[in-house]
Amino acid sequence: MSGVFVGMPAFPEAVRSAVRDERLRRNLRHATHTIRDKRARAVAELADWAELREAGKRIKDRTLRHLDAHLLRLEEAVTASGGTVHWAADSDEANRIVADLVKATGETEVVKVKSMATQEIGLNEHLEAEGIRAYETDLAELIVQLGEDRPSHILVPAIHRNRGEIRDIFRDTMGRWGRPAPEGLSDSPAELAEAARLHLREKFLRAKVGVSGANFMVAETGTLVVVESEGNGRMCLTLPETLISVVGVEKVVPEWRDLEVFLQTLPRSSTAERMNPYTSMWTGTTDADGPKTFHLVLLDNGRTDALADEVGRQALRCIRCSACLNVCPVYERAGGHAYGSVYPGPIGAILTPQLRGTASEVDASLPYASSLCGACYEVCPVAIDIPEVLVHLREKVAGQGGKGHRLEKAAMKAAGWVLDHPGVLAAGERLASKTRGLHPRKLPGPGARQWTDHRDLPGLPTEPFRDWWKKNRPADPPGDRA
Amino acid sequence: MRVALFVTCVNDAVFPSTGVATVRLLERLGVEVDFPAAQTCCGQPQFNTGYRRETEPLVRRTVRAFDGYDHVVVPSGSCAAMVRHHYPAFGPEAAALGPRTHELTEFLVDVLGVTDVGAWFPHKVTYHPSCHGLRMLGLGERPRRLLRAVKGLELVELPGAEECCGFGGTFAVKNPDVSAAMGADKVAHAVSTGAGVLCGADNSCLLHVGGMLSRQGAPLRAVHLAEILASTEEEPWR
Repeated sequence: MSGVFVGMPAFPEAVRSAVRDERLRRNLRHATHTIRDKRARAVAELADWAELREAGKRIKDRTLRHLDAHLLRLEEAVTASGGTVHWAADSDEANRIVADLVKATGETEVVKVKSMATQEIGLNEHLEAEGIRAYETDLAELIVQLGEDRPSHILVPAIHRNRGEIRDIFRDTMGRWGRPAPEGLSDSPAELAEAARLHLREKFLRAKVGVSGANFMVAETGTLVVVESEGNGRMCLTLPETLISVVGVEKVVPEWRDLEVFLQTLPRSSTAERMNPYTSMWTGTTDADGPKTFHLVLLDNGRTDALADEVGRQALRCIRCSACLNVCPVYERAGGHAYGSVYPGPIGAILTPQLRGTASEVDASLPYASSLCGACYEVCPVAIDIPEVLVHLREKVAGQGGKGHRLEKAAMKAAGWVLDHPGVLAAGERLASKTRGLHPRKLPGPGARQWTDHRDLPGLPTEPFRDWWKKNRPADPPGDRA
Repeated sequence: MRVALFVTCVNDAVFPSTGVATVRLLERLGVEVDFPAAQTCCGQPQFNTGYRRETEPLVRRTVRAFDGYDHVVVPSGSCAAMVRHHYPAFGPEAAALGPRTHELTEFLVDVLGVTDVGAWFPHKVTYHPSCHGLRMLGLGERPRRLLRAVKGLELVELPGAEECCGFGGTFAVKNPDVSAAMGADKVAHAVSTGAGVLCGADNSCLLHVGGMLSRQGAPLRAVHLAEILASTEEEPWR
């Protein structure tokens, strides 16, 4: 994945500043709760939501079971309609392919539709190093790019910014990249949008190369689908002479009619819209209309590793709606940056460790970045059981015995032994109860100290329940009790 | 009908009053209840932290301890959810315990068919539905229906009730800052209701939220639902 996130600290350390940042907490709370409530209303309108969710899950599972066949069929259809298909095993290969394709056009600028896959591979940074300037054209991505920031949400990458901050970024940086922000720009949403529109229009009209991802690829017809709300996608997909789309292999669906399900569940889950505003679909190239050259780069980058994991593979069903982020109580407090990847929140916590592995500190900490409250699973439009995958990945991380896990395993073993010997357990409980007057209010040691930093410990009882039972319910036949 | 109490390890060691209240409540409703002494822990802490192998002996022990009982009553939504949702992964014998295991409010409402348990509790109460009871078991309105039928009790809605309190087992220790931030918001919501009692059906969550209430000197006490339902005019709570 992207080098931008290399060297991130583990999640618990990375969240520390976010949790204490009052303004960030307010921005995140306001934004996530607004989208969350709107989504709930949009979903409640559909009587067949449960069926749509089940259908989406099944289509994706069926596709993933025969992924190789569907991809080959897709390649054939794309090629037959005038496109060229490239296969990229990892981010390096994908970046190299795209850079070479751009260079072959002789251009040094590209316009980009918002794309998670190209962020995942760090395409912009790679192109920059090759002397090619990539312009993000999605409003929020523009804010992130101009602010030399990182995205913190899948759908609303600048969710951590409020409009005052956005005005400042536009005013200070737009001039360096192209058309400056209008004089006296205020923080009203309409004025901010107009400033972005004017700034971007220049880029759309000039660019000869467009780069996109895709939400879906239809194997049957070779059609790619981009779902967006601003119209910038439509511009990038139709105005340039060359279009390069970088798409994860799991985005393929077998047939055109499969879109019926996802074009209902995706907008309602992500932006709470009944119908998506701009749905662009294209099949290869068409004479005298749209790009003359079309390249599709199919990206693996860890996806087939995830596919090999029977529990973890359900993460590949994800349609990137971000409903799980908007309901996640951990995301709401931590923000997106702490997840150390372009995929934050609950889905990131199960996707990133599968795509990148769990060797780095942040990746090994991600499966624990959840209280397992289950709100994510409840809203997921393709029924990814995120808590199940989190626990499964914890098993893997604990099994590799990294930092802290050897001690934890020993503690779990010891606790397990005590709990498997009720006599020993009872003796321990009694000892704790007898010495309860001696217990300190604050405990030392990792874990215990963090607990008592914020919470009082309960006073321990005079006796454990099992002793009360023994005294008060002697072993008489149950029928004799008063 | 042979009914066993699965008191849970947290209640056994730290909150025996919840176990005692569950026994008194069930006996008052005419249920003969047993406490098989071989029981300890359902294995949830080990399982959820990624120690599946260490979970196995506890699953086997729990299954053996409750062998032969028609119903197993658990005053904890998350332990009941562990048995019902995760035990099937440990084999058919473990899976068979699931349908016989009931969280306390399920047992009262679904098996016994009661919502008015004859309780008296003259306090203003707000209810926090813990996540596993809410989402994994689907307890729904059961706890609130039971609370509404309690004489003298005024039930007030908890804002953001369905949001996690931030306990999450080892999560509270592994991610202490986020856990405390979530707990602080839960506490603020509970205080905003003006209630004197924060009721829950999972003492592990109440250990966390109650510990924060106490540390902040908040005018609320965390009380397990079983203790409210066990309280009568003759034998009032505490």
